[in-house]
Amino acid sequence: MTDATVNDTGDELILDKGEPPMWGFTVPVVAVFGGFFGFLAGNTNDAGLMGFILGLIYGGALGFILNSFVPNRTAGRWVVIGLTAVLGFVLGKWGGAAAGAIVGAVMSWVAYWIGRGHYRDGVPIYATAGQTLWHNTYLFICGFIFFFLIAPILTIIPLSFNAENFFTFTPEMLSLSPEGYSLKHYQDFFTNSDWQSAMWNSLKIAPMATILAVGFGTLAAIGLSQPHVPFRRAIMAILISPMIVPLIISAAGMYFFYSRVNLQGTYLGVVLAHAALGIPFVIITVTATLVGFDRSLTRASANLGADPVTTFLRIQMPLILPGVISGGLFAFITSFDEVVVVLFVGSAQQKTLPWQMFIGLREQISPTILAVATILVVISIALLTTVELLRRRSERMRGLAPS
Amino acid sequence: MSDATETSGPMLAADGRPLKASLNRALRRQKLRALMLIAPLLIFILVAFIAPIADMLFRSVENGIVEETLPRTVEAMDEWDADAEPVPGEEVYFALFRDMFVASEKKIHTRLGSRLNYETTGISSIFRQSGREVEDIAEIYEDQFDDLNENWTEEIFWAELMGDPDWFAEASATEDGPGPDFVLKEGMEDRLPLTTEAYLAFAEFTQTEDEDNPASENVWPLVHAMLYHDLTGDAAIDGYTGFGSEELQAAKEAVAEFEAVNYKQAFLDIDEDWGSADVMQTIKVYSPTYTPGYFLTAVDLQLNPEGVEAQPDDQAIYLKLFWRTVWMSLTITVATILLGYPVAFLLANLPMRVSSLLMILVLLPFWTSLLVRTSAWKVLLQQQGVINDVLVWSGLINEAGRLVMINNQLGTIIAMTHILLPFMILPLYSVMATIPPSFVRAAKSLGATNVTAFRRVYFPQSVPGIGAGSILVFILAIGYYITPALVGGTTGIFISNRIAYHISSSLNWGLAAALGTILLAAVLILYWAYDRIVGIDNVKLG
Amino acid sequence: MQLKTLLLGSAVASIGGMAAAQDMTFVSWGGAYQASQQKAYVEPYLADHPDMSITWDESSAEAVAKLRAMNEAGNITWDLVDVVAADAIRLCDEGLAMEIDFDEMLAEGDDGTSAEDDFGDLLVSDCFIPQIVYSTTAAYRPDLLPEGAPAPESICAMFDTETYPGKRALEQRPINNMEWALLCDGVAKEDIYDVLETEEGQDQAFAKLDTIKDDIIWWSAAAEPPQLLADGEIVMGSSYNGRWFSAIEEQDQPFEMLWDAQVFDLDGWIIPAGLPEERLEPVLDFVRFATDTQRLADQAAYISYGPARQSSAPLVGDHAELGIPMGPHMPTAPENSQNVFVYNYTWWADYRDDLDAKFQAWLAQ
Repeated sequence: MTDATVNDTGDELILDKGEPPMWGFTVPVVAVFGGFFGFLAGNTNDAGLMGFILGLIYGGALGFILNSFVPNRTAGRWVVIGLTAVLGFVLGKWGGAAAGAIVGAVMSWVAYWIGRGHYRDGVPIYATAGQTLWHNTYLFICGFIFFFLIAPILTIIPLSFNAENFFTFTPEMLSLSPEGYSLKHYQDFFTNSDWQSAMWNSLKIAPMATILAVGFGTLAAIGLSQPHVPFRRAIMAILISPMIVPLIISAAGMYFFYSRVNLQGTYLGVVLAHAALGIPFVIITVTATLVGFDRSLTRASANLGADPVTTFLRIQMPLILPGVISGGLFAFITSFDEVVVVLFVGSAQQKTLPWQMFIGLREQISPTILAVATILVVISIALLTTVELLRRRSERMRGLAPS
Repeated sequence: MSDATETSGPMLAADGRPLKASLNRALRRQKLRALMLIAPLLIFILVAFIAPIADMLFRSVENGIVEETLPRTVEAMDEWDADAEPVPGEEVYFALFRDMFVASEKKIHTRLGSRLNYETTGISSIFRQSGREVEDIAEIYEDQFDDLNENWTEEIFWAELMGDPDWFAEASATEDGPGPDFVLKEGMEDRLPLTTEAYLAFAEFTQTEDEDNPASENVWPLVHAMLYHDLTGDAAIDGYTGFGSEELQAAKEAVAEFEAVNYKQAFLDIDEDWGSADVMQTIKVYSPTYTPGYFLTAVDLQLNPEGVEAQPDDQAIYLKLFWRTVWMSLTITVATILLGYPVAFLLANLPMRVSSLLMILVLLPFWTSLLVRTSAWKVLLQQQGVINDVLVWSGLINEAGRLVMINNQLGTIIAMTHILLPFMILPLYSVMATIPPSFVRAAKSLGATNVTAFRRVYFPQSVPGIGAGSILVFILAIGYYITPALVGGTTGIFISNRIAYHISSSLNWGLAAALGTILLAAVLILYWAYDRIVGIDNVKLG
Repeated sequence: MQLKTLLLGSAVASIGGMAAAQDMTFVSWGGAYQASQQKAYVEPYLADHPDMSITWDESSAEAVAKLRAMNEAGNITWDLVDVVAADAIRLCDEGLAMEIDFDEMLAEGDDGTSAEDDFGDLLVSDCFIPQIVYSTTAAYRPDLLPEGAPAPESICAMFDTETYPGKRALEQRPINNMEWALLCDGVAKEDIYDVLETEEGQDQAFAKLDTIKDDIIWWSAAAEPPQLLADGEIVMGSSYNGRWFSAIEEQDQPFEMLWDAQVFDLDGWIIPAGLPEERLEPVLDFVRFATDTQRLADQAAYISYGPARQSSAPLVGDHAELGIPMGPHMPTAPENSQNVFVYNYTWWADYRDDLDAKFQAWLAQ
């Protein structure tokens, strides 16, 4: 938005978008938000209309008071969160307090967001009211989709602390009483030899499969990106096939075939099968990085007297490394999360984490699965952060400023 | 240029070779180098992946089991004209008796019964029952020979009669284990052809399967039955003077008085369905080594003696399932476009630092165990689940009006849309990230409204992303099976679930392979289209 | 892992540890059932045989398919497989399981009866060594029944959506469901299999199931119905009595069992056909130990399944952790077995394929 200020005829532009009128906009809009929450809260007590009216008053008051008398945003928000939580506690114990705190957080944010005109941050200065509304609706929709994406993960994290052996939010959990929660499923994961050996098996199988997939895959991707490759399409189709053949067909096929060559039920068999499944990811990510590869760099390197191996190690490798690593991570996750093929190709000695989870779902439902998943989510976040950092590093290396 | 046309030879490179040849050589070397780099992976995939798949799919036409289990019956049935007489004559049942006896000893008859049962229900139980009772038929002869002379039920007598003297000497001295490989006495095959065949089968089975010595194991009653037929037929034992010739002569005189078995009647006594045209014609129709039968079943047809006809309505399920798989996958694909497009657009137009963080939200579910995500959807969607609870709690629906969102098609669509959404967002994002924002600005400065600029300028450029994402999602969707199995109930399952069922429960591997082949063919056509339209290189993941 | 270190330690300590360490692969179902086998037979056995080790493979559900493929490939990797009786019959018929000489290979009962007499009628196949009697039976949640509805007393409550509205969970297979459907459609218990053999009888059973088809949630893993009932997704459902026991007694769930028309079934060992002598010998030794009177009775301390030997019944004691007497929780206990439905193995062995196909088509309609 700052580029608007460059304009010479600036006197015609309103550079400071300013704050919207208090009584004509801020108070009514915040009141409507308040009314919405009030309606929901009222409805739980069969008094939807009453709740709506109280919510309107609550929202309107919030919009007015915060924007008129509380310039310190942080302080204002904490006070509102605290007060609404107390209100919630009075109405519905600890569960109500938690709901109240959430409503307070949302409403105080809304009050400042509307009152200070931040809702226009994302649109150009000349946008009409309709465009602004559309823009914010759009952001709301996106927020909803992001919520859809992580809702299952948000569900499993609290359930993994369930004190009971079922996938159910018990009344104790909903009222946030400590008896409803326990760490026993985590304890089970760390002390149960089945889960531990499954984890070690996964940790033994996935890296080997990844190394195989990355090693073969990177070489082949480099080969495929050469200018003259005969039968390129056909070769590509074969290499990508593990991703497109329905898993159940792959699993059954490998099962019969590996049995015949005595690979079924061996560590090597599972590693080979998982490597095959991971290869398409490596091929796709590495060829993608090679598409943008500037060939003059290798020529320059050769011109300066480097032999092909040196050129590869010093010039190509650092540049395609992010693709290799991200492909490797995909291959790793493929192996780490794969249950259909290992169920067929593996035997007891290769029981992996997903296999153990599958047994856990089928024979004795146990939230230990959810505890494992929660741990894995934490690890995934760590891995994804690593990838992001690597990506930024690679952008720097390519001389692009990280945007 | 004029120089080149004047000198009569071809253009030369620096080292004196013709330039064309030199360039060709360089090109060849380049090709070779590329192939050398690809070769290890290509070989790896071919061996570790393509070969198993091919091996699996081959089962969809392979049908050697009928001829392996019932070789004589298959041969005898060649003579039988099913149009003229719906049920074959005695010769076929005689062959069937011999095959069935050997098969039931080897315990392979029930496997064939199960296989034929896929085509005509009921055959399985007939085979099972007949396997148990076929020995009784043969024992009719065994008892009569035993009454005649007890030698006929002595294993050692049979061994000496049928075996080569050297073999017999060695075998009868062997105390443990299978002993030396059985060697037939010279000329026995001409003298007693049927008996020899039966005894050879017995000796081989005893030595290789049971690892016992034929000289110390009870002879199969089948051998007695065959001896009866040899002796009543054209046995050439008159010139035979070796061991047992007297007993043979005596038996030959006695067999005329023996009670004979009508095999057809005997089989009908075991189960009257042996007289049913359906059963016998099924065996005949499915006797070739390769069969289109599994493929026909996979598209709700069946192979009859009269030709191909549709399955009865109460058994026609596969076309319905294929169709359901396709339309549900399409629905899922459309849902991922609708949800993925706004998100990808947002990600592509935000500053990199923010979009990278939001990208983690996209990738996180992608990397959470599929089993766990599916279970989480169960917790969310069921009638007493989180979503319904929240709706009821907030008063939007009442207790009786709880929504049914799981164990049906909706459940599968919601859960799979969630699982496959990242596969739509990632390719869309990678395409959108390359669309220069200046195009839309230019359109607007030329007077286009926001809607027009988006519709006429931005959207057409993002279409390749939609194409890439759609085909990726669709291909992955039609092969799914764990998620539909867990949240789909009976109406939300896919064809892959049936494939899995046939592989692990019903053991109808041929049908599983046929269904798999059809599914794979559909996927390959899509892949081909994908490669043509978008190009597989244009897919980016993360 | 702990077990292995323990074993290793004791192997080094024992002077007689001359035989090379040997590993056997046992196949079972996982979960509480496998744990009961581990505690009741495997741990005591390993204590006596420190040179042995045992690996569990939780593949019993796919045992028939996997054994057939192993047989095809000529590479049997399993030593002892736990399967239900129907699968055992199938494996035996196909020659994939070894025939057992019961009196020779199994221990006598502690009262001196021969193994064959001690197991009695439960020897349903020549290849099958029964361990436990379990039953498929129904349970419900009294607090979910509509007000004023009487507590269900008969299996036919499953088909009575008027009195007991709500979903019910049934196993996704024809076995048991077809019998229950006919039973509740007025067919006498002893005529059921005769009726089911006819086309009309099958149609009758499907028609009865049709009346509640929209209210059924089909399960394929026995752990599902307790979860569904705990969630309140269903008002009643069928599962194995051991699952219900575990939910009611060990997890304190407010369920009630409905023992009416429970269907007895058997679970036990088979030995894969074609094991080489040196692998067969320790397996037979283990089986003799693991299926003797005391061991089978011990298992009942961990799970509420009845021992397959008659001589074990008096030895059934208390639950290992809860300390409650296990006798009353056995499906064979007199008060539970007033109305038992006897599952006809040979009939199902013959008609399983036929009815499976029809059942699947019916489901898909």
